[in-house]
Amino acid sequence: MYATSYHRASSVEDAVKLKSANEEGKYLSGGMTLIATMKQRLAAPSDLIDLRHIPVLRGISIDGRKVTIGAATPHADVAASRELAAICPAICKLAGHIGDPHVRHMGTIGGSIANNDPAADYPAGLLGLGATIVTDRRSIRADDFFTGLFDTALEEGEMVTSVTFEAPEKAGYAKFNNPASRFAMTGVFVAKTAGGVRVAVTGAGSSGVFRHPGFEQALASNWSADALGSVAVDASNLMSDMHANAEYRANLVKVMAKRAVISAG
Amino acid sequence: MGVEGIGARVTRKEDKRFLTGKGRYTDDMTVPGMKYACFVRSPYAHAKIGDIDATAAKAMPGVIDVLDGKQLQADGIGNLICGWMIHSKDGSPMKMGAWHPLAVDTVRYVGDAIAIVVADSSGEARDAAEAVVIDYEQLPVVTEAVAALASGAPQIHPEAPGNLIFDWQIGEPDAVDEAIAAAAHVTEIEILNNRLSPNPMEPRATLGIYDTAEDHYTCYTTSQNPHVARLVMSAFYNVAPENKLRVIAPDVGGGFGSKIYIYPEEIICLWASKKTGVPVKWTSDRTEAFLTDAHGRDHASKVKMAFDANNHITALKVDTIANLGAYMSLFSSAVPTYLYATLLSGQYTIPAIHANVRTVYTNTVPVDAYRGAGRPEATYLLERTIETAARELGVSPAELRRTNFIRSFPYQTPVIMNYDAGDYEASLNAAMQAADWAGFAARRSQSEARGKKRGIGMSCYIEACGIAPSAAVGSLGAGVGLWESAEVRVNAVGTIEVLTGSHSHGQGHETTFAQLVAGRLGVPIESISIVHGDTDKVQMGMGTYGSRSGAVGMSAVVKALDKVEAKAKKIAAHLMEASEEDIVIENGELKVAGTDKSVPWFQVALASYTAHNLPSGMEPGLKETAFYDPSNFTFPAGCYIAEVEIDPDTGETDIVQFVAADDFGNIINPMIVEGQVHGGIAQGIGQALLENVQYDANGQLLTASYMDYAMPRADDLPSFTLSHQNTPCPSNPLGIKGCGEAGAIGSPPALINAITDAIGHNKLTMPATPMKVWQALHAAH
Repeated sequence: MYATSYHRASSVEDAVKLKSANEEGKYLSGGMTLIATMKQRLAAPSDLIDLRHIPVLRGISIDGRKVTIGAATPHADVAASRELAAICPAICKLAGHIGDPHVRHMGTIGGSIANNDPAADYPAGLLGLGATIVTDRRSIRADDFFTGLFDTALEEGEMVTSVTFEAPEKAGYAKFNNPASRFAMTGVFVAKTAGGVRVAVTGAGSSGVFRHPGFEQALASNWSADALGSVAVDASNLMSDMHANAEYRANLVKVMAKRAVISAG
Repeated sequence: MGVEGIGARVTRKEDKRFLTGKGRYTDDMTVPGMKYACFVRSPYAHAKIGDIDATAAKAMPGVIDVLDGKQLQADGIGNLICGWMIHSKDGSPMKMGAWHPLAVDTVRYVGDAIAIVVADSSGEARDAAEAVVIDYEQLPVVTEAVAALASGAPQIHPEAPGNLIFDWQIGEPDAVDEAIAAAAHVTEIEILNNRLSPNPMEPRATLGIYDTAEDHYTCYTTSQNPHVARLVMSAFYNVAPENKLRVIAPDVGGGFGSKIYIYPEEIICLWASKKTGVPVKWTSDRTEAFLTDAHGRDHASKVKMAFDANNHITALKVDTIANLGAYMSLFSSAVPTYLYATLLSGQYTIPAIHANVRTVYTNTVPVDAYRGAGRPEATYLLERTIETAARELGVSPAELRRTNFIRSFPYQTPVIMNYDAGDYEASLNAAMQAADWAGFAARRSQSEARGKKRGIGMSCYIEACGIAPSAAVGSLGAGVGLWESAEVRVNAVGTIEVLTGSHSHGQGHETTFAQLVAGRLGVPIESISIVHGDTDKVQMGMGTYGSRSGAVGMSAVVKALDKVEAKAKKIAAHLMEASEEDIVIENGELKVAGTDKSVPWFQVALASYTAHNLPSGMEPGLKETAFYDPSNFTFPAGCYIAEVEIDPDTGETDIVQFVAADDFGNIINPMIVEGQVHGGIAQGIGQALLENVQYDANGQLLTASYMDYAMPRADDLPSFTLSHQNTPCPSNPLGIKGCGEAGAIGSPPALINAITDAIGHNKLTMPATPMKVWQALHAAH
């Protein structure tokens, strides 16, 4: 790892100030990818501005069916929230199966979606829920936020502060792990929301997380795993690697979608 | 405080320091003035190297020096060697290409070391290593052994035309061909044994210290055999004469074979310490370990097994191509020959066997022994073949094995090995009973009702451990003898130090070796210390690999104890005015049998050192040394059964039960043996389902981190059902056989046989990943 300077930001304003003062600096919100990348000497930020200790960025608040999760809330807190589980158990289950206990206590929802790893779980969850990503500057719909592999709508220096969504009528998540990394080799989040059925797929798309309109239409008319049986999954835009080729991923997309529907009930 | 002898489940004495973080590993060693090394490694799998420009690197902060292969060569440091000579069937010696510790003109795999940077800190050394500018002229690359033998393949070493190192055979080709021609049935199968990365928890590390005043070197290193390291570095690499070179292998966090070999780094750090005048430490990071630790397995074989009309095996014909990587590592030539083909008789009476083995250079990291070393390759080949034969012949896999089991001992196989003892049916029966084999059909129906595919498979393995009789291995080309030494030092107060040439890097010798002494003398286990891993303390030893520490290392301790006991009895007899023949040792006392006369152990020890009242002519002191050279290998054997349930939607395999029935002969500590079996099975499951080293066409290692190299984790594994059968080994005084490798040897074929049973056909290679199983299921439809 190259030498770097660590700053623990005390407030959002403090973090923004530190970031603008250090052009080669980076926000740190768990560091589950960034620190590993730095240890491999593939990233060398001059400064790390740690967001995890900013009080307003942490915690889950629920107002009726409106859920707000602070960007620096660790996965373990989301997984363990009884209030959230009462209205949206699928997102708790998703958070409870990210990485391992160490990752779940360090990694945060804001860090995960800002990184937008194509095999991360939260992008599927937030896209599937039709969530809104709130930053220090604006609100961004999940449909507009995840723009490609490790790419988001965030501008230089823009910081995620929270995510919000309406608890869906039903939702479910199923994933198949990569046998080595245990990232999602394919993960599918399905939700019956006020705005309609949404199906989001992570781990499989060659451009990152994506919605599957075919599944959405099928489930909108018949909310059941069987409804997906005849829907084709196009393998041409799916990733191929040593662990899973596109054809196998296409199969997993359908199998995981069915399981997600079953788990949603 | 109690006596804890052979057979007791003594908790491991060494675990207090390991579990509390107080272990002392090579990277924990710090000496005044110590600096840090980083190696400049080839980013290309095959290239000519031209100018090495270290000007900028040398000017960087903290950099002490940058040294390259030409300097190393100029100082007379020798090339690395392979210590086991194999001759091809035409009589020609194996064709060993030069392996310079630092590449001089050509690099042959990604990770090949080119230069060493020594700097004040590890980070500065890395920064400077990145600043060394090297002219590369890239050459064509070949990574697969079969492709490397094809005409027109890139030539890797000038010494080995066509990349063929040797073309070796064992057995009787004509007899085998005749038996195949006359057979009632011949089973043919192609077998691939996948390539594995050893992944000990502690990566390799070394600290080289040169003492100018004494012209003396000290090498701390992560070695399974520090004495062999000193011997090789002294005799072949010209680092220093043995009396000027101390090698210390302190606590070592796992080896699995990968720490047997002498690698370039320890030689270079010793040399660099002299060149720079500072102690030089290098610690591998995990990616460097993937790139440079010797890999295991990587065989491609064609097999024919012939049967008569009564389903007796009449012949076995094997043609194997083994990938040895870019250079011949220390024992690489022995693994696919004498540790492999000599086990091809398995547990079966096979009148005629012929194996042909070609070993090949490729642009990959060297391949050498890895837990099991040759025996997993033989077992996987044989046990998949006989399982396939059973399916083709329409008989149960158990019956076909029973029909062919060797049942009388000693048994001379057609491939050198002479099995001394065993009861293969006992293990088969125990395993089948434990697995409720008879109830499988009902369980399969239940699985099918849930939409799952269920399969069951077995593997009856044999291995050769306790390596090995020195004269025998010498006649087969080994450069060393494979005896072991022990020294038992009784202190004046009766406490005991046992010095052994075996090396513990996870095996628990501090416990088991102490159990042997405690049981023998009836003294508390706390009064016994085991000393190993330091060439200044232990005179000579051959180290730990091939499940040899119990059978060979402890047998040496037995011999030394025999001498200690004989002398102690003489002293006790003299003190009690009794006859030496009447003295017995019980519960820490030397007694006159049939009387109430006794002297405590410590008093005999004290008497030996005060020397006030010793038998006439006896030397003072109580300390004895012994060397033990085994008269035969030992032959652990057993039966493993795996039962799997496959999700046809995803191809995921769930191991629903795993049964191991092992015959290790007598057992010193059942708890430690079970731990060894558990770990071995976990590694075998890793090979069968998860692990696979993959290079791309350019020779870049794709599986260079845990993101892509799938290690087995706790939730990949079921609970194991173990049992032990016991036919004591007749060739060593303790009757023990060795247990360190069995789990890794026996388990892969059991799993693959179970999976192929579930999917209904045999077209499957390891690792049986979910994708491959899913593809195999769809290919079947």
